[in-house]
Amino acid sequence: MTEWLVDSGLGLALLLLAAATLYAPRLYTSVVFFMGFGLLMAIVWARLGAADLALAEAAIGAGLTGVLLMGALREHPPRTERAPRPRSLLWAALLPLAVLPLLVEAILPLSGGAQPLPAQVDAQLAYSGVSHPVTAVLLNFRSWDTLLELLVVLFALLGTRQLALSSRHPHPPWPLLLAWCRWLAPLAFLLGAYLLWRGAKAPGGAFQAGALWASAIVMLRLNGLLPTVSWRDWRLRLPALLGVTVFVLLAVATWLWGAGWLVWPPGAAKALILLVELAASVGIAITLALLVMGEDRELRP
Amino acid sequence: MSQTLFYLLVGAGLWLLGLHGLLCLRQPLRRIMAVNIMGSGVFMVMLALAVRPDSPDPVLQALIVTGLVVAASATALALRLASADRDRAQKTAEEGE
Amino acid sequence: MAEWLWWLSWPFLVGGVFFFIAGSIGILRFDDAYSRLHALTKADTLGLGLVVLGLGLQRGDVRQFGVMLLIWLLVIASGATACQLLARYEREQEDARTSADD
Repeated sequence: MTEWLVDSGLGLALLLLAAATLYAPRLYTSVVFFMGFGLLMAIVWARLGAADLALAEAAIGAGLTGVLLMGALREHPPRTERAPRPRSLLWAALLPLAVLPLLVEAILPLSGGAQPLPAQVDAQLAYSGVSHPVTAVLLNFRSWDTLLELLVVLFALLGTRQLALSSRHPHPPWPLLLAWCRWLAPLAFLLGAYLLWRGAKAPGGAFQAGALWASAIVMLRLNGLLPTVSWRDWRLRLPALLGVTVFVLLAVATWLWGAGWLVWPPGAAKALILLVELAASVGIAITLALLVMGEDRELRP
Repeated sequence: MSQTLFYLLVGAGLWLLGLHGLLCLRQPLRRIMAVNIMGSGVFMVMLALAVRPDSPDPVLQALIVTGLVVAASATALALRLASADRDRAQKTAEEGE
Repeated sequence: MAEWLWWLSWPFLVGGVFFFIAGSIGILRFDDAYSRLHALTKADTLGLGLVVLGLGLQRGDVRQFGVMLLIWLLVIASGATACQLLARYEREQEDARTSADD
């Protein structure tokens, strides 16, 4: 009974917050609601038993996206905005209402019945080099996908740079904020490192660690504790490209001298996975932080 | 109704809400948030399926992990595009005067 | 032994929930920013602390209790910091408004 009460409360609050985000009259309120929505989402995920994903969602969905939205809001304060007319709200409701039965029909059968994939993962887990199935999927069975996902994130950064990405020049930070940041940022780094380390055998891994590290870097940058570095500087470029570079080099090596593209040799699988994870988390952290904060302005003429 | 089914429906509801917002809102920031809410709905559905007590699914969890990071970078790119568009609109408005 | 610990935990849990509810009502009903901040941090600090104590008594597991205490400390510190920062922001906004009126 209480379980059910908590679940329905959380689900209802999620839906309400989403609606409030979309239709709040002021854009600023909307952004604040969106950050609250991200945090509540993280709570729901933690309740469903995915604590590592919840941490990543809190860092990314509420933290980094929140900083991005607030920054966009400050750059271009919205002009007076026309609220959508009630009639257009009604018309727009037609399509979602039409999709609703299709969606429910598609989802209902999913909730029961076992899928074949988990069993396959379990059967192959012993050969993957790690004992945590999610990490095995990410960096062994489907490592090709993971490599492409790292490339997508990198391309997003390159695309953002083409649009004259300028670094934000924040206000001089208040002393209290500075002092708190000196405590919190190392804690976030430590937590990220812990998530990375335990990824081999328990929930955690490169992406979650990268997300936490990125939020720590953004926090330090917002407080002016890290210098702005130009993208031309190799000290920035190297760690940002580290994940993709290591991944591709290993892929080429296994292709030339091993069993094939990204097929890890059985004995060395664990070491290789650890290497890729370490490189990928550094790359993700730097890339995400750059996406949020921008770097030194040198593109603008 | 089981917990899995409930959260599956919440995820579907979030997706539909986001779709509705995307259809009738005009402000770029709001539209980007609407797409993000649709994405959250999809993640919710995937996670509800991934953590079923009888058959946890590592493949879906791996997809969520990477999807979160990709969604954040897509949001950053979208916001930058919206801001560049505003910049250009301002510039042409100034030149027109 | 465990029996009376279980009974002892309930006043703490109920007290914690009371502070959370009072804090939530405070946020909704108070009209200026400082009183709202007061209500919020009170609920966070005292309410969560009492809940942690109550849960610790019920479980009787020292390690879990320690972890919960650490989380509570983190929440206290972040709550206090956020409260100070928000109050300062509000103060600066007020100053800007009054100087604009002059």
